[in-house]
Formats: sequence, structure tokens, C-alpha cells
Amino acid sequence: MKNYQQPDSNGHFGKFGGQFVPETLIQPLKVLEEMFLEQISNEDFVQEFINLCKEFTGRPTPLTYADRLTKHYGKAKIYLKREDLCHTGAHKINNALGQILLARKLNKTRIIAETGAGQHGVAVATVCAKFGLKCQVYMGEIDITRQNLNVFRMKLLGAEVIPVTSGSRTLKDATNEAIRDWVTNCENTHYIIGSVVGPHPYPMMVREFQKIIGIEVKQQIYAFENRLPDYIVACVGGGSNAIGIFYPFIEDNVKLIGVEAAGHGLGTDLHCATLTKGRPGIFQGMISYLLQTEEGNIKTVHSISAGLDYPGVGPEHSYLKDSNRVYYSQATDSEAIAATKLLSSMEGILPALETAHALAHLEILLPKTSPNEVVVVNISGRGDKDLNTIINNITF
Amino acid sequence: MSEIRNYIDSSLALKEKILSVFLTAGYPSKNDYVDICLSILDAGADFLEVGIPFSDPLADGSVIQASSEKAISNGISIDNVFQFSNSISRRNSKPIIAMGYANPILNYGVESFFIKAADNGISGVIIPDVPLEEYEFFYNQIKTKLDIVLLTTPTTSSNRIVDIDNKSSGFVYYVTLKGVTGQSILIDTNKLKSTRELIRKNHLLAGFGISSPSDVHSILEHVDGVIVGSRIIKEIEDGNTKAIDKALKLVSDMKFACKVE
Repeated sequence: MKNYQQPDSNGHFGKFGGQFVPETLIQPLKVLEEMFLEQISNEDFVQEFINLCKEFTGRPTPLTYADRLTKHYGKAKIYLKREDLCHTGAHKINNALGQILLARKLNKTRIIAETGAGQHGVAVATVCAKFGLKCQVYMGEIDITRQNLNVFRMKLLGAEVIPVTSGSRTLKDATNEAIRDWVTNCENTHYIIGSVVGPHPYPMMVREFQKIIGIEVKQQIYAFENRLPDYIVACVGGGSNAIGIFYPFIEDNVKLIGVEAAGHGLGTDLHCATLTKGRPGIFQGMISYLLQTEEGNIKTVHSISAGLDYPGVGPEHSYLKDSNRVYYSQATDSEAIAATKLLSSMEGILPALETAHALAHLEILLPKTSPNEVVVVNISGRGDKDLNTIINNITF
Repeated sequence: MSEIRNYIDSSLALKEKILSVFLTAGYPSKNDYVDICLSILDAGADFLEVGIPFSDPLADGSVIQASSEKAISNGISIDNVFQFSNSISRRNSKPIIAMGYANPILNYGVESFFIKAADNGISGVIIPDVPLEEYEFFYNQIKTKLDIVLLTTPTTSSNRIVDIDNKSSGFVYYVTLKGVTGQSILIDTNKLKSTRELIRKNHLLAGFGISSPSDVHSILEHVDGVIVGSRIIKEIEDGNTKAIDKALKLVSDMKFACKVE
């Protein structure tokens, strides 16, 4: 794919994306877009972001050669991009840092966020603590129960966690409540969305703060192999870690694979494989693939990993699917658990359950590869947060 | 010529401003909906806004959200909305407006939605999550005699207000507050006055947070009518006759407040 220039000036990725929001939000979105475009081309701002990535997050994160895993499959060489080593334990901090710097430029005094698994909530609570801004995180009642460790972490970091009791009581409705809060308080409040979703400019802006992942991979793989990888694999919920690692390779001859959560299986209703089983619709400010009912209501979805448990997907992924630039596959709950066990015991790395979906795809991909090929997997986060879930789903 | 606009013109000529009442389709129940709507119109409402239920109503507060969830669990679809509007329009000639979010309508097919809406007694459509930016994309130059009502808010810039007025038909919907439906009203009178001055083509109706005759009094001077939703839904939550009578009394009191002395 040459000359990739998405989105257009109205925030459309082909027929996807856009700004399907109540009129009240148009003005704050325009102000945000202007400030973002101004700052992203301002050297001082970019330098401040890079410095924080280095000194606060610990970037660049390593690219690790997975020696034993490579031998296990006996095919292509496998490299792991170690976003699990970011401060707070996942790639989410990249975007949180970028947006908090923007919020400061916009003179906002209050930050809100939505969270599912709690990783984005923790990242936002962390940057708010660092910069001394008031932080409120919306979280579904069900997620609060299943991710109580992260709820405690956020509180420890000084954030207030607001339980969401409407609708599905998970990530989808936490996002709705955050948007409603923003409609009401947009004057003093910045809303830090956690993924490449929502109305323009969010999908573009979050991508710009996450593309540092792919930029580093490009340099690192040249140092190891003196060439580009053949495959890059990443999990996709909203899709921010995937866009972050894919985007710098979009114009290159590299096969990009996104892995969605197939939950209990694609034949059931208990999955969140939005790109595989959904159809385009309008939800939370964007046109994108959605899991929806016959009447156009948004479905309640399922994944063992709370971070993938979302009925929509970033509009850029919808565009990359329809243009056949990225191939989207799926992994079930049990395949993700098996992949968690395999990586932990083979490489000494406990991946997040979200990440484990990308690793599960190696079972399908690797047999088709040859020993002179190179695969990079984005290890988007670490799995300590998931231990309670893993304990209940694993046997030795 | 717009039925909605004609109705407003005639009312204003009689020194009466408009009361529009919103009620989620199929709420409190599928069986009672049509009768309750007819009683609301008989009690003095000028327009009926039939709310198309949606799972994720971003511009709405908890009361309308809950009514929407209940309607969805009652199995209400867009075809039910058309059946309701058809029955109501056969028994009462006041304008019916469909109000709903973009996705169920996109999913139904925008063009067939507008055709069937017109066939079933609907005079206008309000879709709060299709702003000017997405107008061309969403409506895709459909030809319709239905009014498409756009919204303006306290955060809308002057240039946009002019564009919204030009694109809107029937009336322009002024959202009184920064926030969602069902919050307490807090009118920025200066913004309302300056909006009013910029709206040249259409009449202006105000909604969000209007829940009593005194709210009507506080805003009526600056607008051509008011819209009430959450408060009525809250009143009829229980669905019993007493609750409905109370809601109807409120409608008639609010309509009385719409008469210009």
C-alpha cells in the first residue's frame, strides 16, 4: 500500500470514522484537533513527549528474540516487542502521556477516562498523579468486580473510580458515561480515550502517540536481522497496540495480522470478533464495524480478556480490513489461555490475556512459515493483572 | 410546505407557543403506548416526538436511557415505531416527529426509513448524533418531504448556527444546556438571545432540562416553543392510571404556560 494518507481532513478513513456526536461536542473536538495538529508539529512538544517516554515509561522497550519459542515451532524466527515492560505494564501509557501533555496545553484541570480491564485507567491515573491533575475513571460495575486489583491501583494513584451501572455495565457503557460527562463538563475537562476509537480526532491522535511502538521495532529489527520482518502480529480490541505497531509498516512489504477475541467461539454469541462477524454502523462517534442486533442495537459481547471485551473497533482497522491491507484472525478464550501458559513456560514472560490472543495465532501462522522468515509479536501488556482469571481457567 | 412549520405559524398567530412531548416508543408498554400518546396530544401537546429506542443513547440522561432499555427488552423495532405513528396519525392530525440515533436508522436503510416514515404519518426527523459534519454522508441527498430538524447548543459558534439554520427545516432545536437530557435547566440567556438573532429561516424550540411550567416561563420569551421528555417519562414510570393522569395534568399545565399573554 503506497502513499497511505488516512484519515482525510474530516477524519474519515475511507467510509469509516467521522464525527457522529451530539452538537455540544463539536466545538471541543475542533479545539482538540487544532491543538493536536499544532503541537504534533511543534518540536518542543514532541521532544517533551519523547523525553517522558524515555525517562518515565522506560522506552525504548526491548525487542526480544524468543529463542525457545522459535525452536518449539521450528519455523520462522520469533521476536517479541516488549510493551509489557512499559511503566504501568502495558502500551496504554504511551497514549496517556501524549494526551495529558495536550490537556495541559488546553489548560484543562480535570481528566476523565473510561476503562475495561483497568490498564488504561491505571495509565491515566498515573499520568494525572505525575502532573497533579484531578482524575475520574468510569468503569463498569462488572469490570470493577473482575479487575479489583486495578481498581485499588487507581485509587492508590489518587483517582476516583466511578462505577457504571447502566446497560452492559462493562467497557461499552463506561465509554458512554465518559462521553456524557464530557458533553456536560467539556469546558474544564479533557477526555483521554484509551484506544483508536471514538470521534475524530481521537483515532488519529491515539495512533500518533502509539506509533512509537512500530518506529522502534523498525530500528530494532534492522539491528538484529538487517531487514524488515515478514509478519507482524498484534491483538485487536479497540486496536491501539495493533495500530501502533502496524502503522509505520503500512507502506512496507510486511504482512500485518490482527487477532480478535473469539471468546467461546465464533459460532456462539459469546465473542467480540467485531471485524470478523460484525457489519458497519455508527457507535460512540464513529462509523466502523460493530457487533449489532438486527435492529441496530449494540450487542453485549464477551471475552475472557476485559480489554478486548468491546463491540466496536477503531475505524482505521475497518478501513485496513476492507482494503485488504491487514488480515484479521481470531483466537478463543481457551486458545489464549494455552498461549499464556506456553509463553510463560518457554520464555519467562507472562503476557496479558489480551496479548495472549496474538500469541495464540502463532499456532496457525508458524507452520506456514519457513526458517528464513521473521515474525514480530506485539507483547502489548503483562499478565499480572489477569492472575485471578488465569487461576480459574488453567490446569497443570 | 412543511406541516410542522405551518402548525407553528398558525399557533403563533393565535398567541400560543408550541409544546412538544417526547415519549420513547413502546414505553411504558407496547399495548399502552398509542393510547398514552393520544391522551398526551389531547391534554394539549402540539407535537409528539416518538423516540426510537437505542442501546447507547449518548445525548440522554438516565431516565431516557432506562426507558430505551425497557423498550428494547419489550422488543420495539423501527417497524413498531411506524405502526405506532400510523395509529396515532389516524386519530389525531397533530405533527409526529421521529427522534432517534443514527445507527438504527442507518441499519434500517436511511432512504427506506424516510419513505416509510412519510407513509406512516411522520412529519419530521431529529437525529442528535448526525451533526453538520456528517449531514451529506448520512442523508446522501435523499429526496424527502419530511423535515430534518438540526440541533444547536450553547457551545455552537455563530457561523455554525447560521449553517444549521440553513440546513434545518421544520424548526431548529435549541439544546438549553451543556449536558444530557434530564438535568436541571440553567439557561445562558445571552447565548440564547444571540442564537435567536442568528436563526432567520426557522422557528426555534428549546429542549433538555425543561420539566415544569416555571421552566417554560423562564425560557418562553426567547423561543417559539419547548420540548419536554425525561420529566414525562419519569411521571409515567409506574404505568398506572394515577401516574398517567399526573403526567397528563403536567402536559396541560405546561401547555397553559405556553400561551402568550
